[in-house]
Amino acid sequence: MPILEFRNVDKIYNKMTQALTDVSFTVDEGEFVTIIGPSGSGKSTILRCINRLVDATKGEIVFDGHNINRADKKEIRQIRKKTGMIFQHYNLVDRLSVIENVLHGRLGHKSTISGVAGHYSEREKENAFIILEKLGLTEQAYKRCDELSGGQKQRVGIARSIMQEPRLILCDEPIASLDPSSSKIIMDHLSNINQTMGITCILNLHQVDVATKYSKRIIGLTQGRIVYDGPTEDLAKETIYEIYQSSEGELITDVG
Amino acid sequence: MLDETMKKAPRPQNQTSVFVKRKRTFTIVFVSVFALFTVSAVVTNYDVIKGFESIPQSIVWIAKNFVPNAQAWEKLPKILEKLIETALLSIAVTVCAAVCAFFFSLLGTRTTKVNPWISRLVRIVAAFFRNVPDVVWAILLLFSFGQNILTGFFALFFATFGMLTRTFIETIDEVSSSCVEALHATGATPLQTVFQGIIPSSVPEIISWVMYMIETNIRSSTLIGILTATGIGALFDLYYKRMDYSAASLVVILTVILVIVIEIISNQIRKVIM
Amino acid sequence: MSELVLSGRAPVSQDVIESMRRTRGGKIKIAAQSKSSLAINLTIFILLGLTIYAFLFFDYKSINFAQAVVSTLDNAKIMFGTPKLSYNTIPGVLNALWVTFSLGVLATIYGAVIAVFGALFCAKNIANPKVALAVKSFVAFIRAVPTILWVLIFTVAAGLGSVAAVVGLTFHSAAFLIKAYSESIETMDDGTIEALRASGASYWQIVFQAVLPASISYMVAWTFLRFEINFANALAIGAAAGAGGIGYDLFMAGSFYFDLRELGFLTFIIVAAVIALEVAATKIKAKVR
Repeated sequence: MPILEFRNVDKIYNKMTQALTDVSFTVDEGEFVTIIGPSGSGKSTILRCINRLVDATKGEIVFDGHNINRADKKEIRQIRKKTGMIFQHYNLVDRLSVIENVLHGRLGHKSTISGVAGHYSEREKENAFIILEKLGLTEQAYKRCDELSGGQKQRVGIARSIMQEPRLILCDEPIASLDPSSSKIIMDHLSNINQTMGITCILNLHQVDVATKYSKRIIGLTQGRIVYDGPTEDLAKETIYEIYQSSEGELITDVG
Repeated sequence: MLDETMKKAPRPQNQTSVFVKRKRTFTIVFVSVFALFTVSAVVTNYDVIKGFESIPQSIVWIAKNFVPNAQAWEKLPKILEKLIETALLSIAVTVCAAVCAFFFSLLGTRTTKVNPWISRLVRIVAAFFRNVPDVVWAILLLFSFGQNILTGFFALFFATFGMLTRTFIETIDEVSSSCVEALHATGATPLQTVFQGIIPSSVPEIISWVMYMIETNIRSSTLIGILTATGIGALFDLYYKRMDYSAASLVVILTVILVIVIEIISNQIRKVIM
Repeated sequence: MSELVLSGRAPVSQDVIESMRRTRGGKIKIAAQSKSSLAINLTIFILLGLTIYAFLFFDYKSINFAQAVVSTLDNAKIMFGTPKLSYNTIPGVLNALWVTFSLGVLATIYGAVIAVFGALFCAKNIANPKVALAVKSFVAFIRAVPTILWVLIFTVAAGLGSVAAVVGLTFHSAAFLIKAYSESIETMDDGTIEALRASGASYWQIVFQAVLPASISYMVAWTFLRFEINFANALAIGAAAGAGGIGYDLFMAGSFYFDLRELGFLTFIIVAAVIALEVAATKIKAKVR
């Protein structure tokens, strides 16, 4: 059952820069899809069109029965509530505690006033602690986020998005600022969330090897156009070179 | 390979050309600064020699006359009262201006994504208040408020408001744009984003600026006080015009102590909160 | 399916329960306990308290506040809405503006020259620490004296005129710039200085080959900022100390002729000049970078 559908989506920034051209694809509930492509190819724009951090210029995006482009403010809030997002630079409020940052995932579910006052129910707090335990951050709960390492910060980012009880998690270069061992931890957690909770995940990655290892389906993007969309095992070397517009021997990543 | 690069980049020549260029830039800057200096000296009738001569003369004069004597110390209670008034004035002005500037700057930052026209308007209004000198505000307010403490209050308020609005907009843009994006993405409302994201992440910077402005406003209020006849500035002006330099010197010394104490306190606060 | 995890009471392990901190009422705490948030709250609380106390403390002298506000708004409308010169001519005003500008230029140039040398004795990474502390304390003292007081003091000692104005403005500029320059130098990478020292470079070689080139763009930015401040100060001392320039015209228009329209015209000229300076400064700063 498709949870997300892009139909001929275009995005043009400032009436000048064409970021996406005629992008169409569908994602089924429970899928773990990775979008790969060189920097500037429009990967982030696709993710941000889904939760309307960016408005698509043309085409239709349908997510869980919402027509995203026509959504009003109230509906946008509904859509954002149902989609978690994880960022390359974690985007936490560094001066607040870990647990407060995790609870920020509940803001979409709360009235403005109780959110402003930072008032959360005991059950919400307990749930936040349970999620932190699952991610191995119990000891860090009361630390300020600026005291954490990069890998820990990204786990707080994951906890915040799970706290939203989302249908879909968007991951924008989740491991681009991390060392290999932290990257593995983060990818394992994401894959685990996808499998045990059934939350659909869409990732942007620029490491082809990581993408092929973790996801069954890959979308290749070059200059705002989809050049590949299919199962990981059918992704040929030549296609990867086409995506990155390079020839053999120029990529550091081991494609094999 | 090596030979080729050598041919391509005749190094010695390149290096000298860098030095020649640097020397030329230096000469141009030096000549234009010197020309600017000369023109300015002519325009203002500034006598360079007299300027240098005046410094030792003045130091001798200050050392002789500008020392608090016993009579001056008798005026201490009066001076302290005015000094406290000035300190409280600059704190009250800065705090009120900071509160208004904060809410105003929320409309002006890019992070909250309020209507772009509103944020442009906010920036223009802030620039207006910042660029109209506080002296002008003081003179305008004197018409209706007369020589009253409120004249000084509003004159400093407008200037501080303009200045702080600009700095707060910059601070918020710089400090909180990333976490604001994340909070938007969770479905948080704009007000929730302000209280859960923008305020916690920018409050240390904001306090640091507030402390700086308190210190600056004490100095500015001395000047405004001369125009509006309030606070420590008026008292200095009074003693100065009476040629009671000894009492005037006590005013200066106490003002200096006040400013330095506030500077030390704000440095300590900065150390802890940053 | 995600609802399954979060809704309903999932079994909470003992470790998790122990890691929760609770308030006296038994609620789970969520804030980080840190010195800095305590200090922030305390600072805000004290500042707000002092502000309220200040409003109670002030002597308002039986002023009719509402009436004063209304009449100020009317005056502002006349001033900014119908600016007009009656006592000065446009060439006269531009000349006065030029004088104020020049006072600012002189004070900035003197201040910058003194500050370059002062900063070398004051920056932690290149100066003797004892000398640095002495210079820093002295500079802090000079900065704490309001500019207008320096000008008035020098007016008595050197006589009214541009000499007192320039010298008075210079004191504060130099002190301000010494602090700013030395902080720019201190942000420089220590490794560079160490490497040059190791290569046997002399003190002045280090200064001219490493220290100044590395911090020049910051120094230029600070100098322009100071020039903007000096322009405003030159204006203010013109009004408050009778030191000439467009500040003096402002004072005369407002407090002698009581002419709001003249005041408005002068203000617009000043605002235009300040904005032009800002634009020029931004362009030059961009070039240095």
